[in-house]
Amino acid sequence: MDIPKDKLLWIYERMQLIRVFETRVSTEFGKGKIPGFVHLYAGEEAVAVGICANLTDADYMTSTHRGHGHCVAKGVDVRGMMAELFGKATGICKGKGGSMHIADMDKGMLGANGIVGGGPPLACGSGLTAKTNGTDQVTICFFGDGASEQGTLHESLNLAAIWKLPIIFVAENNGYAESTPSHYHCSVENIADRAAAYNMPGVTIDGNDLFAVYESAHEAVARARAGQGPSLLECKTYRHYGHFEGDAQTYKIAEENERYRTELDPIKRFTDAVLARGLVSEAELTDIDARVNAAIDAAVTFAEDSPFPEVQETFTDVYVSY
Amino acid sequence: MAERELNFGEALNEAMRQEMQRDPKVVILGEDVAGGADVDHLEGDEAWGGVLGVTKGLVKEFGRERVIDTPISESGFIGAAVGAAATGLRPIAEMMFVGFMGVCFDQLLNQGAKLRYMFGGKAKVPLVIRTICGGGYRAAAQHSQVLHSLFTHIPGLKTVVPSTPYDAKGLLISAIRDDDLVIFFEDITFGGIKGSVPEEDYSIPFGKADIKRAGEDVTIVAIGKMVHHSLAAAAELEKQGKSVEVIDPRTLSPFDEDTVLVSVEKTGRLVIVDESHPRCNVATDIAAMVADKGFDYLNAPIKMVAAPHTPVPFSPPLEDHYLPNPQKISEAALGLF
Repeated sequence: MDIPKDKLLWIYERMQLIRVFETRVSTEFGKGKIPGFVHLYAGEEAVAVGICANLTDADYMTSTHRGHGHCVAKGVDVRGMMAELFGKATGICKGKGGSMHIADMDKGMLGANGIVGGGPPLACGSGLTAKTNGTDQVTICFFGDGASEQGTLHESLNLAAIWKLPIIFVAENNGYAESTPSHYHCSVENIADRAAAYNMPGVTIDGNDLFAVYESAHEAVARARAGQGPSLLECKTYRHYGHFEGDAQTYKIAEENERYRTELDPIKRFTDAVLARGLVSEAELTDIDARVNAAIDAAVTFAEDSPFPEVQETFTDVYVSY
Repeated sequence: MAERELNFGEALNEAMRQEMQRDPKVVILGEDVAGGADVDHLEGDEAWGGVLGVTKGLVKEFGRERVIDTPISESGFIGAAVGAAATGLRPIAEMMFVGFMGVCFDQLLNQGAKLRYMFGGKAKVPLVIRTICGGGYRAAAQHSQVLHSLFTHIPGLKTVVPSTPYDAKGLLISAIRDDDLVIFFEDITFGGIKGSVPEEDYSIPFGKADIKRAGEDVTIVAIGKMVHHSLAAAAELEKQGKSVEVIDPRTLSPFDEDTVLVSVEKTGRLVIVDESHPRCNVATDIAAMVADKGFDYLNAPIKMVAAPHTPVPFSPPLEDHYLPNPQKISEAALGLF
């Protein structure tokens, strides 16, 4: 499937934006500038970007605790995201959500989620809204291999199937639920095999191959927009960092880790492919790199320079009215 | 406009019907809210209309796109209701029995109640969850619970406990129009309660208690079905020369502190009746509030009448012993003189 050149450049920019964002978050977290927990998405960029390249702002998304990449791919402003991670008043959630709860309703981004398996039922809700309103909006429901063992996912797959909801369930199988390998915690080799139990298409793909993700998502999104119901797309991938920052990652296999950071790296593979096929020029990518680096530098400066919220903000936004 | 006698369920049904006529974004979902989905010979008509028949007739008027039967998947459909509310619908979800909230608690505690706050005020969740509560039906420990205290504890949720058909209709209309997540408790024994209900739609504001009986000597704050037991106790106490004021808070979150404090200032005595278990319930909460803000008004200790700290027993003599009743309330009140 041919992807237009402007979209290829957009894809590269979004993947790099995620990578540089996450690398920088790791650095700033190490310096003690970011409170709490962070779960980094680096290494999985082709999944979020390959999927979101098929969406518009009107489409919905539910996310996970590892949500920064999903947000960037959906177009959430990185300055507001970085300020949120720093706990600042200018954060996208006014400093009230933090890393695990970044949301942007204007972009259809219904929130990262601190509960593993918390998102799929919500995705059925936005799917139901689209179906009831008769729009062609789709919902992307990202979840990890860990969440594939939660009852909420299975209930949601069934609900989406019986109601023919426009949802693409995207399993990001990065091989580990926290420290526990998926070959231990999962009864099947491929999570997508479970789609058969819910009477929906299920495909397992190489999630580090941007083109494979884009193509499969394209098909699933078209199906959902046409009112033909949900799909389950499993993307096998790998996280470069630990479950959270501070994880010593003793459960990882050293050679595997190294391979995924080099020859199997999704951005390297994409770059090699587009350059080899002459689809874009090296200079175009270098320009993007410069723009991305500047954007992330500016985001960190913005976050650092922003004030913390006033303490009175503790009491607002609990209810619309009370 | 005309008022008629309606029973509790009919009043709720009328509230939903009128709100669904007014606002196409209002949808109902839950287990068997119509019933008989995809059963050809029903030709789209309902089989049940809810386990107690409260949603009867609505599928016929509004169709299965707006009265949606769900599988028995509480996490799935309560979460879907939260997600639908956050994206523009105004769902009314029916959780058959409040005990089943245990199945879907994450979707309330960590999702529905918190989205708005976590997102810095950029989301709202205009969702009503109607649920059956209460003992006295011989339904045993999992189907007889009174858990409003659990939900009142959680910021982001509002809790409503009506005691009459009039209040039920007005409060449910307010709940449907409210932009926050409301848990609406319906006592299982209220099927037979009748009352005068206006035909037109009307709303009763949250956080406004109703004085169900005015009196001078002792204040009884009673929740849900306990309002009726307290009114019976008040009639009995009247014969013994004690004038009782019965206050029905109607909503527990938000809670009308002023009406309670003004009453206690007048009577100097307070009994709180709550069918919840006695630890950390709404009665203890009200007692703490009055001890803090109305200590000088009190001529006697605050008394609480609650269920014991046990699951609800099945056997009729045990359940009768377990439940608060007019006699227990009268005794508690008389003990203050």
